[in-house]
Amino acid sequence: MRYVDEYRDAEAVRAIAAELRGLVEPGRRVKLMEVCGGHTHAIYRHGLEALLPGEVELVHGPGCPVCVIPMGRVDDGISIAERPEVTFASFGDMLRVPGGRRRSLLEAKARGADVRTVYSPLDALGIAQREPEREVVFFGVGFETTAPATALTLQRARELGVGNFSVFCNHVLIGPALRAILDSPDTEIDGFVGPGHVSTVIGTRPYDFVCSEYARPVVVAGFEPTDILRAVAMLLRQLRDGRAEVENAYGRVVRDEGNPRALAALDEVFAVRHDFEWRGLGAIPRSGLRIADAYADWDAERRFAVPGARIEDPKACRCGDVLRGLAKPVDCGVFGTACTPERPLGTCMVSSEGACAAYYAYGRHLARDKMPV
Amino acid sequence: MCLGVPGQILERVDSDLARVDFTGVRRTVNVAFTPDAEPGDWVLVHVGFALARIDEDEARATLELLGEAIAAELDASQPEPSNSLQLAGEAP
Repeated sequence: MRYVDEYRDAEAVRAIAAELRGLVEPGRRVKLMEVCGGHTHAIYRHGLEALLPGEVELVHGPGCPVCVIPMGRVDDGISIAERPEVTFASFGDMLRVPGGRRRSLLEAKARGADVRTVYSPLDALGIAQREPEREVVFFGVGFETTAPATALTLQRARELGVGNFSVFCNHVLIGPALRAILDSPDTEIDGFVGPGHVSTVIGTRPYDFVCSEYARPVVVAGFEPTDILRAVAMLLRQLRDGRAEVENAYGRVVRDEGNPRALAALDEVFAVRHDFEWRGLGAIPRSGLRIADAYADWDAERRFAVPGARIEDPKACRCGDVLRGLAKPVDCGVFGTACTPERPLGTCMVSSEGACAAYYAYGRHLARDKMPV
Repeated sequence: MCLGVPGQILERVDSDLARVDFTGVRRTVNVAFTPDAEPGDWVLVHVGFALARIDEDEARATLELLGEAIAAELDASQPEPSNSLQLAGEAP
């Protein structure tokens, strides 16, 4: 596959891994956070952590938009889906995410709710157009990578006057999450592997504050093994040289200014919520999007009353710690036992980008004490 | 979820849509965010939308960096194998 295979070249991977040895100060531990769930999975799928010098530890961040949705919001989605007139359209990922009492959209579907998986929000709009007797609600989940798609779909719905369509908006913003991590007293992150595809939309400038206010370097990276290792090398070089800058190592798709049209769509259709609750991180100011007043008629939260309950995560669940880089999946007492992909307790195990799911798929067979750090 | 996949534009369908080829799988993709993308161009696609044109010069520049890393790894005493990485489908 062009633009994929070349960046997985084994020789190149080994060459960069060898470079890393020369970039660490022996004995000086370095903790790097890879923010994006896609990076977590790529690292485990390709066994990249085993290639790092022992001093370098990669911790996972909150860049999994499915993982960070609190259980109460999942319950709100389920309550909308259970209405007999509603067709609830969602990305496949969200279907098995547990709400309170381990209920999920999939479980609601099994009990008769009309829940359908879609690839794109436009597909949900298409259903509304073809089935005018149904109230179609799209579960809008994702960071700034995905929010523009929802925005354009809402613009289209308004243009076409599709009245039986609305969006339950749970889009979140990566910048405020990074700030919350950096402000947290127990994090000791030395640098960040910046999310690749979010950055195609927002560009690289939103990360400037990490350098200017927190003196940590950020390297925006792609998702192939060479991309990720190169980003680690660039971060180590910055740390060695005492620099804290934003570097773009994914120039083939990320422009520093991002995608102006996508950003304009976000501006038009969404407003920033005062705050939004993230699983494990609590309420983060100005971190979530809501539908702007101009599109109020397509806002599911205004169309339907939702319980809006705040539900505590199960006591045994350590998703919050995993999302903040304070625990590895294996540190969670229910990892692989009470919490598996088939019967997940928490979102990190369910989402295709969740750290626990990655460990379960690619690293679980290793003995706990031999798990690469 | 936030992953995008590279695909090649086969043809524009209208001002907003294009047929895109993903190594044999063809989908109609919304290209409203990449209005300048033309047939033959590669784009990164996420949930049915092209988010960015893949910049071939940048792609090649990255491959050159990888080639340099490989070269730096090789001993001068070893015979020089080909250390040039190419974009798949290109003639050397």
